[in-house]
Amino acid sequence: MSAENPERRAFLGKASALAAGLAIAPGVLLFGFAHGRPAGEAASGKVRWGMLVDTNQCGNGCNDCVTACNKENGLSGGTKATDSQWIRKVELKNMKGGRNLSLPVMCQHCEHPPCVDVCPTGASFRRADGIVLVDKHRCIGCRYCMMACPYKARSFVHEPLADQKPDVPRGKGTVESCTLCVHRVDRGEQPACVEACAKAGRGAILFGDLNDPESEISKRIRTVASAQIRADLMLNPGIRYEGI
Amino acid sequence: MYSKVEARNFYILVAASGLITGIGLVAAWLMEEHGHIITGMNNQIVWGIPHVFAIFMIVAASGVLNVASIGSVFGKSVYKARAPLSSLLSIALLAGGLTVLMLDLGRADRLMVAMTNYNLTSVFAWNVVLYSGLFSFAAIYLWTMMDPRMKPWNKPAAFAVFAWRIILTTGTGLIFAFLVARQAYGSALLPPMFIVMSFAWGLAVFHIVQSSLYAWNGKTLDPVILQRMKNLLGLFVIATLYFVATYHLTNLYFARQDGFERFILAGGGIFPWLFWAGYVLLGSFLPLVLIFHPAFDKTRHTVIASLLVIFGSFALLYVFIIGGQAYPLSIFPGYEVTSSFGDGQIASYSPSLPEFLLGLGGLGVAFLITTICVRVLGMAPPHDIPDRRKRDTF
Repeated sequence: MSAENPERRAFLGKASALAAGLAIAPGVLLFGFAHGRPAGEAASGKVRWGMLVDTNQCGNGCNDCVTACNKENGLSGGTKATDSQWIRKVELKNMKGGRNLSLPVMCQHCEHPPCVDVCPTGASFRRADGIVLVDKHRCIGCRYCMMACPYKARSFVHEPLADQKPDVPRGKGTVESCTLCVHRVDRGEQPACVEACAKAGRGAILFGDLNDPESEISKRIRTVASAQIRADLMLNPGIRYEGI
Repeated sequence: MYSKVEARNFYILVAASGLITGIGLVAAWLMEEHGHIITGMNNQIVWGIPHVFAIFMIVAASGVLNVASIGSVFGKSVYKARAPLSSLLSIALLAGGLTVLMLDLGRADRLMVAMTNYNLTSVFAWNVVLYSGLFSFAAIYLWTMMDPRMKPWNKPAAFAVFAWRIILTTGTGLIFAFLVARQAYGSALLPPMFIVMSFAWGLAVFHIVQSSLYAWNGKTLDPVILQRMKNLLGLFVIATLYFVATYHLTNLYFARQDGFERFILAGGGIFPWLFWAGYVLLGSFLPLVLIFHPAFDKTRHTVIASLLVIFGSFALLYVFIIGGQAYPLSIFPGYEVTSSFGDGQIASYSPSLPEFLLGLGGLGVAFLITTICVRVLGMAPPHDIPDRRKRDTF
């Protein structure tokens, strides 16, 4: 018994190292998602999430962002008037020059969102980091926010739902809209539409922090001409468009 | 002394109004169970027929108090004798309208959430306070009329109700006036327009109820009183026409509203028909002929005129609420727009039976409350004895 077994010792040493590695790996991974927000920490007002859509890169007929959104958020993908559409591709033709454009429209995550102003119960709210959301437990389904939204960005759940995504709570009789994939953003990831657009090789949607002068989106907004939809309403949306 | 509704009629009316209310509740239950998929409403037309019914009742609930206000605030005795019925009708119509509005919610079961969470920037939340306030003020006002000990408070209560209902209808108009992004709404003209509409619609309801009560109790309304009250209705119908015309004419003047006005007034399918034939012709001009032409001086002519005014109000509200949503939002001015979400397209809407029955159920609630209270509390209008000397004091 006193004789030591070098092989056993080596095995124990490797096993311990592996166990230690497994134990700290999630922490290391979490560290890797440096933009992620630890659970329980409030969203920061120092950040303002936004997007810049380059309509020159957005393909007519390409629907990858819409498909990715539907998949990520558990939407049916149906296009009946009663189906939820959090993001839609809009085809534009200039009435004077005839120029054609294609671009995605979703919740514009306004700084002064009319939906939040009109919501009687405060179910519609704007997070400190600029993401406009609906508290599904507080929404009474009056649809006043849908009347107030200048972008027609909101949908009402007309039917009972099944097979919901755990990260994306939805509910029959409540109103919903693009969450800017808040569950992904909080993990330090990009919204699903942005990822899908990049994967399609277009990279037409740039996501980032509008408040950070060093972020890619801020730099780009400083160098190219971009616009907000219905800028005349002075709502200061977080979604900007290039080429319109 | 107030006379009572004859017993047999009373039970028939309670049964009829109870049945309509019951059908409305079943419709609401179906909507709750299956979701709004069983209605004609969708993501483009988010407010439908239930809102037409609800807004009619809420606006009329305010206007029907005119009779009480003219009596108590402006001291006209003929109207004052009718103030209890006027207040009761206001409570009944408001209850009916709110029932519809509440049962149409996607989550009607969350009424407690609506009552306990107020977003102070929301005109809807203000309206929750205004509606509850009108119930309270109208009830207190009724109390001051029915309890002799409360008589000293009658005048202050009347003033409070008068002020409150004007604010309430302003609030109803503001629901639309604050919607800046939609071409049909977002106009400061809407609150005063709603106030004037409330005068006409409320008085039309009052005429119908008053005439029915007289008929069922075998009484006749003094022709002079009838003349006064129907002329007042005529005046309100003209005032409403003036506001509606001003609203459309100002819109026509703004180039960006051209398309919307052409849609509502000329090319928009059912909407121009409902506007011109429903509201203008049948709902306004014809009642005016029945009211002011000397050949039509009977009670039944006033009742027909009142029914037509109510029909016109539904036509106008349908055009205003549904037509206002059917016309596409101008998100990209200067572009032709298409998408899978109805951008650039006229939205279509076909009301379904359940939502229509829900609206009707609201009228049933108002009808039921009125029938029971008129009998139990003795609120039928008085049997005026024609007296020439009194006529000049009206």
